[in-house]
Amino acid sequence: MELEKLMEDLKKQIIEQLNLQEVTPESISNDQPLFKEGLGLDSIDALELIVLLQQHYNIRIANPEQGPEIFYSIRSMAEFIVAHQTAKA
Amino acid sequence: MNSEEVYITGSCILRHNSIRLNGDLLWETNRETDLQEWLRAGYDRFFGQYPKFHKMDALSKLGWLAAEILLKDTPVLSLPPETVGMVLSNRSGSLDTDLRYYATVKDIASPALFVYTLPNIVMGEICIRHGFKGENTFFVSETFDTELMSSYPAQLLTNTPLQACLCGWVEVMDQQYEVALFLLEKEKRGLAQPLTAAALDALYQKNKY
Repeated sequence: MELEKLMEDLKKQIIEQLNLQEVTPESISNDQPLFKEGLGLDSIDALELIVLLQQHYNIRIANPEQGPEIFYSIRSMAEFIVAHQTAKA
Repeated sequence: MNSEEVYITGSCILRHNSIRLNGDLLWETNRETDLQEWLRAGYDRFFGQYPKFHKMDALSKLGWLAAEILLKDTPVLSLPPETVGMVLSNRSGSLDTDLRYYATVKDIASPALFVYTLPNIVMGEICIRHGFKGENTFFVSETFDTELMSSYPAQLLTNTPLQACLCGWVEVMDQQYEVALFLLEKEKRGLAQPLTAAALDALYQKNKY
C-alpha cells in the first residue's frame, strides 16, 4: 500500500476509533507526536491504537516496548504497517 | 448532626431533553431527539473546548454537563480542592455501558468502554475537570433516596473539612435518563434553602412529568 494513502487512512481511522470529534484529518500532520504535546492521546488511546492495528491491518504487537516507537506519529505507524506487510509477503 | 448550617445553594435538572438551572428552563429540545445527539448539542451550546467529553460514556456526559452548568460562576470553583466533595446515586449503576462493553468482548474488548464500567467514573470526570479532591461516594438505589442524600452529605459538611458538596441522582439506561444535581454549601448564598429531605424532594419533583 502506498505510504501517503496509508497515512490518510490512518488519520481517518484514528479519529473514528478514538472519537476525536473536534479533530479533522487535515489538522493532523504526518510527523507530529500523537501523544503528550501532539494530539494529546493518553494510555487508553494507546490501547485503542493497538486494537486498531489488529482490526484493520491484522497486526498484533508482540513486544509492548515497541509501542512508543510505533505510535510516535502517523508516519511511524504507517511505516511499521508497511514493514510488517512486506515481511509477511 | 446539625444540618441547620448546610444549605442547598443550587440545582440543575436534566430530563425530557431539557435543562433547568435553579428551577428556570435554560434549554429545551424536541423530546424525540436521540440522547447522544442531545448531549452533543448541549455540549456545543454551552461549552466546547473539552475534547475528552466525546470519549465519555452517557452517564459521565450527563453528570459532567449538569456539574458544568451548576458550578459555572460559583465561588465553589475557587475553594481549596480538598473541601469540595461529591455524593451521587442512581438506579442502574454503569449497566448501560457494561452492556455496550460486553457486546465488544465477542470481538475485541474495547479499552475505551472498559474504563467506564464503574458508575463512580462520572465523579472522577467531574473531579478531573474542576480539580476537586474531597471525599466522594456513589450509591445505587431503586429511586432517588432524598433521606440518605440529604443526611449523608450534611454529615460530611458538618463533621469533615468539606465546605461544598455536589449531591444527587445521575441515571441513564439506553435512551432513558434523568439527572438531578444539587449544590450543597455551608455558605448561605444562591437559593440558600436549608438542607432537608423534603426540600431536596420538592426540588427533584418539580417539573418531573
